[in-house]
Amino acid sequence: MNLDFNEDQEILRSSAKSFAEKECPKDTVRKIEESEEGYSPDIWKKMAELGWMGIAFPEEYGGYGGDFMNLIVLMEEIGRNILPSPFFSTVVLSGLTILEGGTEEQKTEYLSKIAAGEIIMALALYESNTSYNASGITVTASSKDDGYVINGTKLFVADANIADCLLVATRTEETANPEEGVTLFFVDAKASGITCTKMPTMGADNMCEVILDNVTVSKDAVLGNAGNGWDVLKKSSEKAIMAKCAEMVGGMEASLEMTNAYAKERVQYGNPIGKYQAIQHFLANMWIKVDTSKNILYEASWMVGENIPCSKKVSAAKNWINEGYKFVTERGIQIHGGIGTTREGDIGLYYRRAKAAELMLGDTNHHLEQVAKEMGL
Amino acid sequence: MDFNFTPEQEKLKREFETFFSEEMKKAPPIYQTGGLEAMLSHDEGWEFHRSMARKLGERGWLSLAWPKKYGGQEASVIDQVIFSEVRGYHKAPGVDIFGIGIVAPTLLVAASEEQKERFLPPIAKAEVMYCQGWSEPNAGSDLASLTTKAVQDGDDYIINGQKIWTSGAHRADMMFTLVRTNPNEKRGKGLTYLLLDMKTPGITIRPIENMDRTHMFNEVFFDDVRVPIANRIGNENEGWAITRQSMNFERSSVGVFSENMRTLEELVQFTKEVKRDGKPLSENQVIRNKLAELSTELEIGRALAYKIAWMQQKGGLFMVASAASAAKVFGSELAQRLTYLGCEIMGMYGQVAHSKWAKLNGKFTSDYQNCLGHNIAAGTSEIQRNLIAWVGLGLPR
Repeated sequence: MNLDFNEDQEILRSSAKSFAEKECPKDTVRKIEESEEGYSPDIWKKMAELGWMGIAFPEEYGGYGGDFMNLIVLMEEIGRNILPSPFFSTVVLSGLTILEGGTEEQKTEYLSKIAAGEIIMALALYESNTSYNASGITVTASSKDDGYVINGTKLFVADANIADCLLVATRTEETANPEEGVTLFFVDAKASGITCTKMPTMGADNMCEVILDNVTVSKDAVLGNAGNGWDVLKKSSEKAIMAKCAEMVGGMEASLEMTNAYAKERVQYGNPIGKYQAIQHFLANMWIKVDTSKNILYEASWMVGENIPCSKKVSAAKNWINEGYKFVTERGIQIHGGIGTTREGDIGLYYRRAKAAELMLGDTNHHLEQVAKEMGL
Repeated sequence: MDFNFTPEQEKLKREFETFFSEEMKKAPPIYQTGGLEAMLSHDEGWEFHRSMARKLGERGWLSLAWPKKYGGQEASVIDQVIFSEVRGYHKAPGVDIFGIGIVAPTLLVAASEEQKERFLPPIAKAEVMYCQGWSEPNAGSDLASLTTKAVQDGDDYIINGQKIWTSGAHRADMMFTLVRTNPNEKRGKGLTYLLLDMKTPGITIRPIENMDRTHMFNEVFFDDVRVPIANRIGNENEGWAITRQSMNFERSSVGVFSENMRTLEELVQFTKEVKRDGKPLSENQVIRNKLAELSTELEIGRALAYKIAWMQQKGGLFMVASAASAAKVFGSELAQRLTYLGCEIMGMYGQVAHSKWAKLNGKFTSDYQNCLGHNIAAGTSEIQRNLIAWVGLGLPR
């Protein structure tokens, strides 16, 4: 047993941390939130130059071939600072799905482009029914001539507004088992018939509605094989869930740290408020949530990276961290007092992201039900 | 990073599993209701505990962590945690939490050679069981304010005063205690650490019944009780510092999580077998969610325990004082939540104690009345949170 990160991972962590702090102070985060693009092309370019886009892919596809924990370290630092960018959409949601289910040709083409920072991608998964299960996929793709025609509306598609290419989950066949008949397509984001509109979400995270109206694609646009899209998504989503959890844990750590610092400097009744037991116990409870979240994050992530079956641990981690991030930021605001509730207070940036992150890749009730199934209930 | 056990540890784990699953088949029925109460409240429970302890002693499993010189195996903290995890899962008695958990580690760091040779082997062989003489009526969380006093007289100390909340005083052979040897000093100064024989004249034990009439706690009165000075651990008036040093034993709380994991499995089985309004309880969405929450928390607790073990193995307790506090408070509050959930799921049967009407041997009904003690004993949940705030977060005292 060795529960420490290796030296390369520690170096990656500290360089990612100082990069994010330098390039993206909180005022920059607020500016990016208010921009139409919702990201900074300048920072994105620098992230690519640092090699971050290739962190999750094998060398043969232009990546760095490192282990999965490298991605976890990086996501934790992205979450700690808040670094708004299409990294999660492109590298994690789309890249890892292509790595899981793409043909050799597709992997070579798309992953090397992603690794080089040449394209932004978005995964179009959810719809107005907001189901996290396969039955939620109702957008249709029907065979026509030598290709397919896609019709329907996708919701909560992160970064579709800035993507070059969309990966769209569709239903190509109606079967009794909704997990069959799902097909993923590469779709040019500028293709005719696509209308993309930003949704005003709490996390200011480029969530979009994507309407697909008779969008035609060729047969080659199918990711891997037609009909097995859900299997591919199921496998890649375990990695994506852990990467999202890492981002959330980073945010939890930052929220605790800034609240603890504030409790030491804010003086009332002649003492720092952190001297009072009510505040100390709030902070102790926050500390427990952060520490326990980190432990389960690393254990479940390591198992996913080693391909050890661990669906229950993954769902345990996500539901625990969902609730933990909300808890830590809510208490954080209480301890900050009035300033915590404002636009200028940094803790609020994390509070809003905690809710957004909960809803990505399975909310708490969804993952509790997954745990229940794994328990044999 | 690597979460795997070594092949040797896997082998050790299987060895523990085989042993405990075999031995627990012989447990008296009272163990189905609850471990600690069974052990301390009932003669047959206590006998089973002692016979299990002797078997563990024969295998050297009670002294896994000790130096070889004193009969130990110098096993790693992870090895000890594996032992505690398996034992917890099987809800097996046999480990004297005071002798093995506190006295032995204290002796190893603070006792003279002569004392180590005199006191350690009987602990390793489970010939002698200890109780803890710390709390007093006016010294609970604020332990250092204790007033039971000891005065030197020839080769002895003469002790007068009272201890309370002494778990198993009515069963133990020996007590380790803190007494005030310098009445002019306040708080941690002027306290001395003694080991004493519970059969010494002048000791009176008065039982304190739990609300469900089980008997774990006692008051212990000292009237001119003579204890040899040779039983003093460390120097006179320096007992407080010694209690601090002894905290470097395995503190992951892993057994709490594995024991509750087993209890949850029993509860899950119950929900599959029992129907209400024509439908198994396991198909009730509210119940499923709540069971999944507990299962999640147990996964989280286990991960925390192994993290603590790993940190301890690397750097000793000071690395993890706040994490150990977190595991304690998280573990006892989790056990309480599981108990409440069990009672809730049982509906009207949640109130029925061990009897022909009881479900799952009345375990949840028993725990409902006894689980709160764990939020108070060994440092209340509030004290643990204070420690996390002071040590883990550096907040002002």
